[in-house]
Amino acid sequence: MHVHHGGHPGPGMGRLGASIDEDVLGRVYDHRVVMRLLGYMWPHRRLLLVSLVGMLLYTGASVALPWVIKWGIDDFIATKDLAGLNRAALVFGGVMLANYVFMYIHQMALAKASQQVLYELRTGMFNHLQRLSISFFDRNEVGRVMSRVQNDVQQLQEFLSIMILGLGDLLSLVGIIVAMLLMNPSLALITLTVIPILFAVVALWQRNARRSFMRVRHAIAVVNAGLQENISGVRVVQSLNRQEVNLQRFERANAEHLNANLDAGRLSSTLLPTVELLTALALGFVVVFGGYMVLDGALAVGALVAFAMYIQRFFDPIRNLTMQYTELQRAMASGARVFELMDVQPEVRDRPGARPLSPISGDVRYEGVGFQYVPGVPVLRDIDLHVQPGQTVALVGPTGAGKTTMVNLLARFYDVTSGQITIDGHDIRDVTRDSLARQMSVVLQEPFLFSGTVIENIRYCHTEATEEAVVRAARAVRAHDFIERLERGYQTPLLERGRNLSVGQRQLISFARAILADPRILILDEATANIDTHTELLIQEALRELLRGRTAVVIAHRLSTIRNADLIVVLDEGRIVEAGTHAQLLARGGLYSHLSSALAAAAPGTG
Amino acid sequence: MSAILRLTRMAWQHRWLLLLTYLCLGLSTIMAMAVPRLLGAAIDVALGSGNRASLLFLAGSILGVSVLRGAFSYGQSYLGEAVSQLVAYNLRNAIYDRLQQLSFAYHDRQQTGNLMSKATADVEAVRWFVSVGLIRSVQGLLLVGMVGALLVTMDWRLGMVSLAFVPLIAGRAIQVSRRLRPTWMRVQEETGHMTTVLQENLAGIRVVKAFGAEEHEKRRFGDRAWVVAGHTLEAMLLQASNSAVMALIFTAALGVILWLGGREVILGSLTPGELAQFILYMGILTQPVRMTGWLVNVFSRAASAGQRIFEVLDALSPVRERPRAQVLPHVKGEVHFEGVSFSYDSAGPALRQVNLHVKPGERVALLGRPGSGKSTLVQLIPRFYDVTSGHITIDGVDIRDVTLESLRRNVGIVQQDVFLFTATIRENIAYGNPQASTEEVVRAARVAQLHDFVTSLPDGYETWVGERGITLSGGQRQRLAIARTLLLDPPILVLDDSTSSVDPETEQEIQRALAEVMKGRTTFVIAHRLSTVQGADQVLVLDGGEIVERGSHQELFTKGGLYRQIYDLQLRTHAVSPARSGAEGDA
Repeated sequence: MHVHHGGHPGPGMGRLGASIDEDVLGRVYDHRVVMRLLGYMWPHRRLLLVSLVGMLLYTGASVALPWVIKWGIDDFIATKDLAGLNRAALVFGGVMLANYVFMYIHQMALAKASQQVLYELRTGMFNHLQRLSISFFDRNEVGRVMSRVQNDVQQLQEFLSIMILGLGDLLSLVGIIVAMLLMNPSLALITLTVIPILFAVVALWQRNARRSFMRVRHAIAVVNAGLQENISGVRVVQSLNRQEVNLQRFERANAEHLNANLDAGRLSSTLLPTVELLTALALGFVVVFGGYMVLDGALAVGALVAFAMYIQRFFDPIRNLTMQYTELQRAMASGARVFELMDVQPEVRDRPGARPLSPISGDVRYEGVGFQYVPGVPVLRDIDLHVQPGQTVALVGPTGAGKTTMVNLLARFYDVTSGQITIDGHDIRDVTRDSLARQMSVVLQEPFLFSGTVIENIRYCHTEATEEAVVRAARAVRAHDFIERLERGYQTPLLERGRNLSVGQRQLISFARAILADPRILILDEATANIDTHTELLIQEALRELLRGRTAVVIAHRLSTIRNADLIVVLDEGRIVEAGTHAQLLARGGLYSHLSSALAAAAPGTG
Repeated sequence: MSAILRLTRMAWQHRWLLLLTYLCLGLSTIMAMAVPRLLGAAIDVALGSGNRASLLFLAGSILGVSVLRGAFSYGQSYLGEAVSQLVAYNLRNAIYDRLQQLSFAYHDRQQTGNLMSKATADVEAVRWFVSVGLIRSVQGLLLVGMVGALLVTMDWRLGMVSLAFVPLIAGRAIQVSRRLRPTWMRVQEETGHMTTVLQENLAGIRVVKAFGAEEHEKRRFGDRAWVVAGHTLEAMLLQASNSAVMALIFTAALGVILWLGGREVILGSLTPGELAQFILYMGILTQPVRMTGWLVNVFSRAASAGQRIFEVLDALSPVRERPRAQVLPHVKGEVHFEGVSFSYDSAGPALRQVNLHVKPGERVALLGRPGSGKSTLVQLIPRFYDVTSGHITIDGVDIRDVTLESLRRNVGIVQQDVFLFTATIRENIAYGNPQASTEEVVRAARVAQLHDFVTSLPDGYETWVGERGITLSGGQRQRLAIARTLLLDPPILVLDDSTSSVDPETEQEIQRALAEVMKGRTTFVIAHRLSTVQGADQVLVLDGGEIVERGSHQELFTKGGLYRQIYDLQLRTHAVSPARSGAEGDA
């Protein structure tokens, strides 16, 4: 689609960063993000509690298993007690089942809770977006906002599961330490001397990992940007013969990404061998000191086996850490982005105590209205205008004159900077936005259709409208005939943005949508797109129907529309320079008549 | 499966690295295998001979073996990463190049998002396939095989028992991932629906707000998000029950070993140290066994990702150079269409039997309703599409007999939808010739009436435009596009003068620029303005893919046919409304 971005980028307010700054990007733990997320988890505390208890129990069971093995070896195998061994095997089976059941409960509850949280985050974000003002959408591209709702929320799902997994790892670490200490304190203490070394290694590694992770992220961003631009701009690339240069440049960016990854690979490959070496060190301690203790009769051999098993599992959490490290960083950055969006405040809000607007007759007044998108750069100045119920006003003037801004203020896409706009005497800022919108329709220059059927598009949010009402609306704006001719009539599904309809047909459907809503006030930005002759005539008829009996403010491009208006308002540089009927303005010999005569001269031989 | 084979072949291009990886992997696996063995021996020593020195020796051996193992596993991990990154690197380059070679007909049918996801997510899936599917799975197999052999030789009965769970777990992993696949597919599909709602909501936010339809939209999105959550939960529950069952099977095997092995120790056919070895080897097996399910996913994901990538790499551009295509020298600019027909697809011809003769330096204006074929006609000249029948010649040479590069150097085209690259203005103007001197860039900008605007910017030609830079107005973009085409000084020029989104003043500037530009070139203009039509040597009116009227403005005007109709409705009406919001945004 062809989106005009407001030519008035605001002073940064409400503009989402292109990416969160590097500092946040590299972080593995961000207190604010975690706290906010906990806020979303709190309503599901019961499920989460179930999950936690499940985790506690299954961790306990899995820590108990080596203990049962030790028990079996020392108490029964060593004493050649077959019946005892059978009992040990039964106990083992019991612990094993407990492990299974609690693991399942834990994971099930976690899955449920995390999907709930995710759902709420997603809809929460979407709902928040609905509250934001148009100015926000002027400043932020659709793609960027989409990526926050989609990818970043998805990343948070990862984050949730990593957080819980991490908690599990921590628990099992504690469980193992406790079990070892209970089994044999002195051997446990000797074995645990490797832990400080381990922490030092991990800390050192983490510091470097962060830097190399950032380099990789940066490199992949460059690569993807290159790809994206090449795909979007492929037609230009081919017509200007740029393929070779582009490929060279891309290869360079791609190679930087490769190198960054190899660099990161060199680093991440060091951690596992180090951890394994430490495992071996701990095992060596167990063999020497444990072996001596066994020889001295101070330790049973089963305990030796159990220790070895514990050590094997002791380092699993560290392994997980290396595997999930980058995920965690990514999730933190995502979380920061999600909450950044959630914190954007809408600029146009209902005032406290705003009242719903009761049914109106459609008397519109601009009183000394001024407006600026950027402080110091007024776009509208001292606009005074009175539109009586049922009147059509045509706004005319060069680009940048302020026509669009004038109607945007009436629709309350933005709030006036000075002066006021009243409808039936009520300042539009004193009524709720919702009640205002319900009595007003806006037809955009480029009709926007949603995916769905024709009838769904005409109904749009008036889902309660009957089929007859829809057909009536379509007939009124001359859309019925072509709709009937479509393959499945009103039930014809529309492709993305209504690609399977012509521009004119889309226009007519958006008229039908507006007329079905039956607004008292209609804002219309006339299309200038090339429309075939037949449809053009239909649209002119439809327009008359649409405007009949309503207060209408039209940004007019058609001569017929301008001439038929009750009032023509000529804008220039943010001010009303002339106002009157076609005849009055022509007679006056101002800007309007100047325009008209220039045009008449350009088209000789025609009326 | 053929996709997997091809991917494997791509990895095989780095065979020396790959073989070295396997060597490291094999050695580190052997070292890993030694540790439980040494531990078992230590236990027997501790229980039997009581020789403290040999305990020390065994502990030292464990450490020594582990140092070696660490070294090899570092090599394995790093080299494996290198191979997988190299494969991804090559794939990205290949995709990038393929995409920029494929002609318009291909890109017309593709969505940017979809292509991007092939070049990112799918390449990533392939990378995982190489590092996990080709390397770690081999390690897993090796481990299972070696541990199995060892255990069976140590005690065949107990060995068989401990191996019995391997096929059980593997079988189940495969079965579950089969069941998971359709569930995940549904999740993806539903996520797609949800994304559509989101995307339309954001793109159509003005409609939403204008109708006060926020609540309606919230419901729509909420419903979709709920369905997504439901399907995701289903998949997650399946995974949860699966991983619990896998753990159960595995632990059960351990229990059986304890029980049976314990009996054997009691009966004297097994030493306690050997039993300990069994138990510890089981510990080693946990990881590869846990990986099985994941591995199956990696393979199936790689198969589909590979297929999607190869769709791009194997796509044949409908527009291709003939073997031994000649280089088209700088032409005079005589263009002939002879019996040219063209259709985009089976839907019917977009152009029918077009005959046209344009002399060097002539100006041709094309008019017609949307879809009448005027854009199609001009896009055939630089071979963005190939004619379906008939032929087009330039200076008497069939354009299909020359190289694409030399043809396009002769034909400059300024498209209606101006795409700017994220770069400086200077780089954008010099896009077709990065070696262009500053003087050349400035000259092109001057002719395109852009120079004054550029110099009014604080950073002048070094100002960034595009996503991270300033936003140019429609007219400025158009003039930039003209400048970058002019820089290449093409003898044949194709223009779309649709500048509906500019004010009269800008329009006049563009008009001046165009007049300057068209001097001495053969020009095709898709005309929306009276002035353009009036200055043309030939006016062609197209309807339904055919040239229905041709002549000068005066001739056609007096004739009173389709041209006259278009004139009344389009050229004239548009002249009346010079004002159209460009800078303010729609709404």
